[in-house]
Amino acid sequence: MSNTVHLTINHLPLEVPAGTRIIEAAKMLNIDIPHLCYHPDQTIKAHCRMCMVEVTGQRKLLAACSTVVWEGMEVFTDTKKVYDAQVGVLDLILADHKQNCLSCARNGNCELQKLCRRFNRLLPELPDISSNEPLRIDNPSIVRDPSKCVKCGRCVKVCAEVQGCAALTASNRSGDFKITTAFDLPMDQTDCVLCGQCSLVCPVGAIVEVDNTNDVVRAIQDPRKHVVVQVAPSVRVGLGDEFGMEAGAIVTGKMVTALKMLGFDKVFDTNFSADLTIMEEGSELLDRIKNGGKLPMITSCSPGWVTYMEKQHPELCDNLSTAKSPQGMFGAVVKTYYAQKMGWDPHDIVSVSVMPCTAKKYEASRPELGRDGYRDVDYVLTTRELAKLIRYEGLDLSVLPESEFDSPLGIGSGAGAIFGATGGVMEAALRTAYEVYTGQTLPRLEFEAVRNDVNAIKEATIDLNGTPLKVAIANGLKNAEEIIRRVESGEADYIFIEIMACPGGCIGGGGQPIGTNNAVRDARIKALYELDKSLPLRKSHDNPEIKTIYEEFFGAPLSHRSHELLHTHYHARPKKHDFSHLK
Amino acid sequence: MKPFTQAADVLDKELAVKIDGIISAHNGDATQLVGILLDVEAAVERHYIPESAAYYVAQKLGVKPTQVYDVISFYTALHDKPRAKFTLEVCNSAPCRVKDSDKLVETLKRLLNLEVGEVTYDGRFSIEKVPCFGACDVSPAVRVNGVVYGHLDSEERILDMLQQLN
Repeated sequence: MSNTVHLTINHLPLEVPAGTRIIEAAKMLNIDIPHLCYHPDQTIKAHCRMCMVEVTGQRKLLAACSTVVWEGMEVFTDTKKVYDAQVGVLDLILADHKQNCLSCARNGNCELQKLCRRFNRLLPELPDISSNEPLRIDNPSIVRDPSKCVKCGRCVKVCAEVQGCAALTASNRSGDFKITTAFDLPMDQTDCVLCGQCSLVCPVGAIVEVDNTNDVVRAIQDPRKHVVVQVAPSVRVGLGDEFGMEAGAIVTGKMVTALKMLGFDKVFDTNFSADLTIMEEGSELLDRIKNGGKLPMITSCSPGWVTYMEKQHPELCDNLSTAKSPQGMFGAVVKTYYAQKMGWDPHDIVSVSVMPCTAKKYEASRPELGRDGYRDVDYVLTTRELAKLIRYEGLDLSVLPESEFDSPLGIGSGAGAIFGATGGVMEAALRTAYEVYTGQTLPRLEFEAVRNDVNAIKEATIDLNGTPLKVAIANGLKNAEEIIRRVESGEADYIFIEIMACPGGCIGGGGQPIGTNNAVRDARIKALYELDKSLPLRKSHDNPEIKTIYEEFFGAPLSHRSHELLHTHYHARPKKHDFSHLK
Repeated sequence: MKPFTQAADVLDKELAVKIDGIISAHNGDATQLVGILLDVEAAVERHYIPESAAYYVAQKLGVKPTQVYDVISFYTALHDKPRAKFTLEVCNSAPCRVKDSDKLVETLKRLLNLEVGEVTYDGRFSIEKVPCFGACDVSPAVRVNGVVYGHLDSEERILDMLQQLN
């Protein structure tokens, strides 16, 4: 048995590994077979039928996404039969798709639109039979528009296969076939954690983030308001994608310039509060180890993960670090410490954050993140929304000059930067925990053992100068579930666990630019570690601004004031149907 | 006026016990989901699967509620909304039509003051037209919850049939 197969595509001969599918073989010849439901990171669905091709000797057209090549296969992707079938499918999909493209969030970035351009469908050929179902706006993060859904099933796949939530499903059949939740319930009553991975894979505008760009523009235009913005580590390695730069391009300085030109009064770095998170979370870990606190301790930076825990595993509430996420800590610091320093009334501050995440919009709305009737973070923008604002301003990010974050709250260490990558929070915490615990300087900063792959689990034992520390890292909630199983079955005795809801960590978050796939995620992870290497400051506890804020304001990690402002608590979410009364 | 509110859909113990029995009769096998749901539907007076029951089945079988909903919404034999206690299924195929099942439908509509597809205010009766259920020998006929009543060619016989339904 040979491991390669010979075939021709449009008479061009090629040799591919056995098991390759036609659509992938064609890609090797740089032929892009039209598709909607096919996604390189997902299992095969063969729903949409856009990718039908002609194969010599076959009576019917075959779906290129699902058909494995065979020896001597002759494939044709551009015959009249193929063209007519593909256009027929496209027209039918269009007829069932609400075509208000001009006001669609995905205008200019829609796979269906691209297919129309490709097939030169200038006017709809068939009457409109799209549904009149209203928008589903039932949570702070995600909007569904059933009238635009093309039923490709990508969102259902990512929700079930990557996140293990299965909040979305296909339902009914034939003309009534649609993508919805169980019993058509609002998203907040389902197992949805608002991670937004569905919005990342949706080919059209059927699932998008709740748009807050107008709120932010209004705030900037209001002369009475001090509008400050913080930017998460992962945004600077994702934003470039929106402006045609290569995946993983580091655009920190250009992004800061763009934010200043947009009119934000102060542009700050979430890497600063990532360092603050490490100070609190690292101290908490050492405190729990020393004083017999609840172990394993699990990170709480990822709001998708926190929601998942509260909905599915409330028994772990006490295992989560009480340290707020960097976004939450930043919000609290801005409206207390920074407001005092500047002599501003916290009610006059509009605190904006730019996050690679849709769940952060929900996190910012939690009552725990605010006090005295105001929210610590008023508006959360995704990376995609920031790109929208930059385009509104008429800027081309790729050619902007570079500038620096404002100070204080603008210096972040390399440890803060790698928060965006799976394993990064762990590594950042270990750098600080090691030096605090042993009182010695780390001989080597890199903890390669905890650097994880996209959609994977990693276990390691770290030697804290003689004391072994068992740790685990997971990204993707399906992997998180496996970690929990190992812990609850007693199979593993980790001390510290890092969990990120999205594949690859925040760099692969649901708010990142459309087109984020696993290959892009790998490039961004690499970029963050590059960024870390290039920074003079690579340990959170060495950050001079962190030292200052403890001297001037918090005193020490886990102090009374830091407990009040930088820590939070979690609670079990009511189940949609609770059967405890039957016992 | 107080706004109309729907009673909370809370699974009662009696139905939970019935569902436990149904699931163990199917060996707790999740691949028999369709059969399990058909049995649950038969065990509910209004012949449907309440949301709470669907979630209970999902939890018992270790599958996601979305999967149960997908199956319920896919098959026309399964329902997620309350139906009548007695759904009068009138055969709409040729042999019964020849034996004037249309008149049977008209009589049922008049006696119950009901259109096809509607449910009486007390939730007891509805009329549905269905394909042949193999009662051609006793046509015109109705089937109610699996029981066939034949020779319904007069108003007296139809009334008699309705009175038997309790």
